[in-house]
Amino acid sequence: MKELTFDTMLAVFEDIFGAGLFWVLVVGAVIVTLAYVYVLIRDRAVSWRKFLLAQLSMPVGAILAVGLVLVVTDSSLADIGGAIDLLVLLGVALVGAIGMAILVYTAQSLLRPPALKRARQ
Amino acid sequence: MDRRRFMQLAALGSGALALSSAAAEAQPRTQTSASIVIIGAGAAGTALANRLTRRLAGAKITIIDPRQEHLYQPGLTLVAAGLKPANYVLSRTTDWLPSGVTLLPDRATAIDPVSRTVSTESGTTLNYDYLVLATGLVLDHGAIEGFSLDMVGQNGIGALYAGADYAQRTWTAAQKFTEEGGTAVFTRPATEMKCAGAPLKHAFLLNDLTKRAGNLGKAKFIYAAHNEALFGVPIVSEKVRMLFGQRGIETAYSRVLTGIDPSRKVATFKTPEATEQIEYDYLHVIPPQRAPDFIRQSGLSWADKWTDQGWVEVDQKTLRHLRHPEVFALGDVAGVPKGKTAASVKWQVPVVEDHLVAAIEGRDGTEIYNGYTSCPLITQVGRAMLIEFDYQNNLTPSFPGLIPPLEELWISWLMKEVALKSTYNAMLRGRA
Repeated sequence: MKELTFDTMLAVFEDIFGAGLFWVLVVGAVIVTLAYVYVLIRDRAVSWRKFLLAQLSMPVGAILAVGLVLVVTDSSLADIGGAIDLLVLLGVALVGAIGMAILVYTAQSLLRPPALKRARQ
Repeated sequence: MDRRRFMQLAALGSGALALSSAAAEAQPRTQTSASIVIIGAGAAGTALANRLTRRLAGAKITIIDPRQEHLYQPGLTLVAAGLKPANYVLSRTTDWLPSGVTLLPDRATAIDPVSRTVSTESGTTLNYDYLVLATGLVLDHGAIEGFSLDMVGQNGIGALYAGADYAQRTWTAAQKFTEEGGTAVFTRPATEMKCAGAPLKHAFLLNDLTKRAGNLGKAKFIYAAHNEALFGVPIVSEKVRMLFGQRGIETAYSRVLTGIDPSRKVATFKTPEATEQIEYDYLHVIPPQRAPDFIRQSGLSWADKWTDQGWVEVDQKTLRHLRHPEVFALGDVAGVPKGKTAASVKWQVPVVEDHLVAAIEGRDGTEIYNGYTSCPLITQVGRAMLIEFDYQNNLTPSFPGLIPPLEELWISWLMKEVALKSTYNAMLRGRA
């Protein structure tokens, strides 16, 4: 590959997941990220209790992300052939884990706002 | 909304993209009234047309091609292994052509390089100042005695090079083999050919798919090489020899397919001494490949090389015709060693663009084509070797130290299966 531009990357990912699923994932990621920023600003603090549950959900996110990538690329774990493959796979798992943690934390915060704040209201 | 429109809309929303395309447009365009004729709207012709419209203002660019469908040829091996549907490799020629280029949906039938004219089937004659031959090549199926394309998909006959439909039909025959077993025979011609890795990939994939179907025990695989090697690059040939050994794929060296008897399921091969017959249950046919007749009759082919094939006599480094400097050749039809792949085209197109624009501006071009070719050589579903090399048979990895070229890797498979088509599409638009 000679040049790697932004639109090439977009097209590549669209190709990997299929146009529909890719944009659903992008929109989903943007909404969750915005919601996460929203709850952080609203609560003005990180709730370590919610963070604990979010952390516990990380392995689930990692497994889901790896599973999704393997399915859309007609691959299996047995195809991992070298160090770079392992790094790519770990990268996918890491992204899935972080994404899941943010999703779980945000969901908790949206469903159950902090008690202090509720008391004030 | 089609995918391209969607991408354009997405692009509108992206500041980064707007900036990058603005930068591309900002390059000053050369004013000219030159007539440029490109024969062939395949990968090379389309990519060049897009790049030239960005470099030249006022040029009259005509691209001649009767085909309405654009074929993404690197995807054919995937279609022929049941991994992608036939429409994965199809799009429309007009989807990729820029405005400002005239598409003449006609067949070129003659070139007169002295009077600088191209004639077409419908009787049109075009004058040119610069001519780019990007015709692709002709699959000479008639050269295989007893074979015709209507046999593909039945009685264990495959021919994936012949197009999307034939690649799919190849999978019909191949799939039957993976279920029933028997003897599979893979061939390649003795001529220059498109992507010499494709017959190897087909053999590897069918071997793997038969294994996954649980039928490896009742299947035998024979790869018939046209000479004493499995691949033009010695270090790659050795690696493939080792992998074939591990997978139980037998090799029959110096065997060139000359004919088939579909009723008896027997293939005839020319050997250095005589002929040999091999019985098959599945046979993959790749016929000899040549330049189109009108090229060979135009006097533009090499007179002392590839005389049975007729590739265009161009300089290896500039792809410019050695006797007619206003003529260039790109892609399959160019008479250079190696270089009949989409990856080569990606490297060749900017070279021809440079020398053509330089000629219009009255100076010499500087870009050099070093013979770069890339072959993501699939060795099983899920793994490939990202092999890149040049005229000198040197390996030229894009990611040295990161993606070793001779290792079977998942990431190389990802590149072939998912990233390559997008890169190819970007190339067609002249943006990669």
